[in-house]
Amino acid sequence: MSDGDTTYPPRDLASHPPALHEAYGSTKARAPSLAPVVVPHTLSELTGPRLGLDRHEAIDADLTRNAVRNGAPLGERIVVTGRVMDEGERPVPDALVEVWQCNAAGRYHHPGDQHDAPIDPNFSGAGSCVSDADGRYRFTTLKPAAYPWGNHPNAWRPAHIHFSLFGPATLTRLITQMYFPGDPLLPLDPIFMSTPAGARDRLVAAYDHDVTMPGHALGYRFDIVLRGRRATPGEG
Amino acid sequence: MARETPSQTIGPFFHEALIRPGENILAGDDTAGARIVVEGRITDGDGAPVGDALVELWQANAAGRYAHATDARAEVPLDAAFTGYGRGRTDGDGVFRFETIKPGPVPGPGNSLQAPHLNLVIFARGLLNHLTTRLYFEDEAANETDPVLNLVDEARRGTLIAQRRERGGQTVYRLDIRLQGAGETVFLEA
Repeated sequence: MSDGDTTYPPRDLASHPPALHEAYGSTKARAPSLAPVVVPHTLSELTGPRLGLDRHEAIDADLTRNAVRNGAPLGERIVVTGRVMDEGERPVPDALVEVWQCNAAGRYHHPGDQHDAPIDPNFSGAGSCVSDADGRYRFTTLKPAAYPWGNHPNAWRPAHIHFSLFGPATLTRLITQMYFPGDPLLPLDPIFMSTPAGARDRLVAAYDHDVTMPGHALGYRFDIVLRGRRATPGEG
Repeated sequence: MARETPSQTIGPFFHEALIRPGENILAGDDTAGARIVVEGRITDGDGAPVGDALVELWQANAAGRYAHATDARAEVPLDAAFTGYGRGRTDGDGVFRFETIKPGPVPGPGNSLQAPHLNLVIFARGLLNHLTTRLYFEDEAANETDPVLNLVDEARRGTLIAQRRERGGQTVYRLDIRLQGAGETVFLEA
């Protein structure tokens, strides 16, 4: 999609969680109780920040190297790659993709994370890259671990990587989480389960042996679809 | 056709990746326009501060043009010293703060003109989808005819209008945001 394309369909509400999901306790006092006011698409909605190459260096996409202080971070190296595209499956180039995650022991590099698991001094868990002309992005990182949280008794978050994406416009802004295939914690996680049943599987990466780097790292594929034209080229 | 990737909450641990010092300061020495401070406090349905929110700001420049290819109006100047984007976190008291310039008016639907406004996007733990709202300025007569404000029930319009005061030589616009309950902020769906 080019910057000049200013046609967006309504947000696909069946793809997104509701504001209030009782099982996820933090939604109870924070979810708005009133419906949003629907507004027309003006320049305010059809434009947005173009944050790109000036914001990061190539090493920012390698979380196993971008925070090294005195050695390699500990954990299972993985590659996470995929395409950023619109609803018509056209690539979204130049999208800033920012990620963050806990370390291989299940601890975030964050003062608010008090989980009794070790901090890794060589791993910040933060990275960024920009999608290429085909919409492709690629990170090298460590596989994050599950960790406990206080939502309910014996609550554990399944391993996940947070993704933040800026597409062509404010309308295409997305923050989401990527999960790993076959994780037994998925059906027990109220955040994952808040997503409509037909849409949940889009949050789960696929193991891809073609992405796996021999002798180095397992590969996962995670394609990301941002709001945008639904017609494929030639139909519209 | 591909379906949208679902939204998930930003959670409480985004700061290492998303917060850079000074990124809530949009106006530099060479930026054209009237300097303003924008601040507000985000509270939840219990009145408790939301101390772990991320707030993003997107706005036009002082002439009313967005730094984006879709805003192709060559007759309205761009400002090389202004991107129009900023982001910042709320502090433990739920307060966010930006230093920017007052934007000019931008076109609305048809031949209408929109009153000067800031576009705000809010992310936080407990928000499975981000929230979008606008900040208008109380001292703008154009608010009366703004096409978006006029879509909002008059009784709730005030939740989008920041109050102006002078403080220590600065012009401060204040807009508190209530996520839920009495005085709930009007959120927008485009």
